[in-house]
Amino acid sequence: MIELDGNAIAGDLLEVFGVDLTEATTVCAACGTSSFMAEAVVYMGGPGRVARCRSCGDVHIVLVTIRGITCVDMRGIARLQMTGMA
Amino acid sequence: MERTAVRRRLNWQLARVVEVVAETSRTKSIALDATDWPGHLAGQHVDVRLTAEDGYQAQRSYSIASAPGDEHLVLTVERLDEGEVSPYLTEELRPGDELELRGPIGGYFVWRESLGGPILLVGGGSGVVPLRAMLRHHRAIASEVPARLVYSARTRDDLLYRGELGDYETTITLTRERPEHWDGRTGRVDHDLLAETAWPPGERPLVYVCGPTGFVEAVAEALVALGHDANRIRTERFGPT
Repeated sequence: MIELDGNAIAGDLLEVFGVDLTEATTVCAACGTSSFMAEAVVYMGGPGRVARCRSCGDVHIVLVTIRGITCVDMRGIARLQMTGMA
Repeated sequence: MERTAVRRRLNWQLARVVEVVAETSRTKSIALDATDWPGHLAGQHVDVRLTAEDGYQAQRSYSIASAPGDEHLVLTVERLDEGEVSPYLTEELRPGDELELRGPIGGYFVWRESLGGPILLVGGGSGVVPLRAMLRHHRAIASEVPARLVYSARTRDDLLYRGELGDYETTITLTRERPEHWDGRTGRVDHDLLAETAWPPGERPLVYVCGPTGFVEAVAEALVALGHDANRIRTERFGPT
């Protein structure tokens, strides 16, 4: 399993949501840690792409693409805020 | 009932290979001509998609190595023998071929002059690729923001962009060899090397760290231990491609 970070799913998220989410702040539904989406631990190579919390390891996002349609499950994120560092 | 058209804001597009340049024995820079390219920011990446004859698709992200103002869009790709995508890109791709890509992607690991500085760029292996885009851009706009590069490679032969590293304030360290007549550093990018080469924490540098996961974690931890603000450190990790 390849371990990357949130930058690796930025393209899929941009395609679905139409905005870049790497600079968005996420709050983990499990542990409450706030971090940039780019900092999530991302695993590629399974049937989908999974983003996990860098603090507690809980699943934040599951992305699955079937026949060109990408399904996004974000139940592990309690709050998503579009605030960049810039 | 009429359906509202869904606007797809990030489309796959075909780019034509203009030139393939060997950077090292394992790494090639691929210059592309992308007709509908909207322009990019230094540090962004693209997704590349390969489709096999049976329809199987493999997709990977590659950092953009060229500055926004450069003539062509350039990707620098390291061949990983077990990879699904990089062997094709580095060994098979020829000028005139077409490549399917989408981008530019990313807003976090991006340098704009308005973010200020000083900036410290720390790259491990091919993690130097997006940092090179930042430095080329920095030079192209004649930015007065102070910039330093700390670049770690296994051996001297693994160094990318050898012809232009001297243009920047660069510290190079080799982790797997100590060649004769080598006036750079050897060993990993650790606490001591960063204490010596990074801007002092009091200057609040904006730091970009890119490399394999272990490298990025070690560098980020050392910087925080030295007193750098974790919120001023932006990271990008890569793995086998």
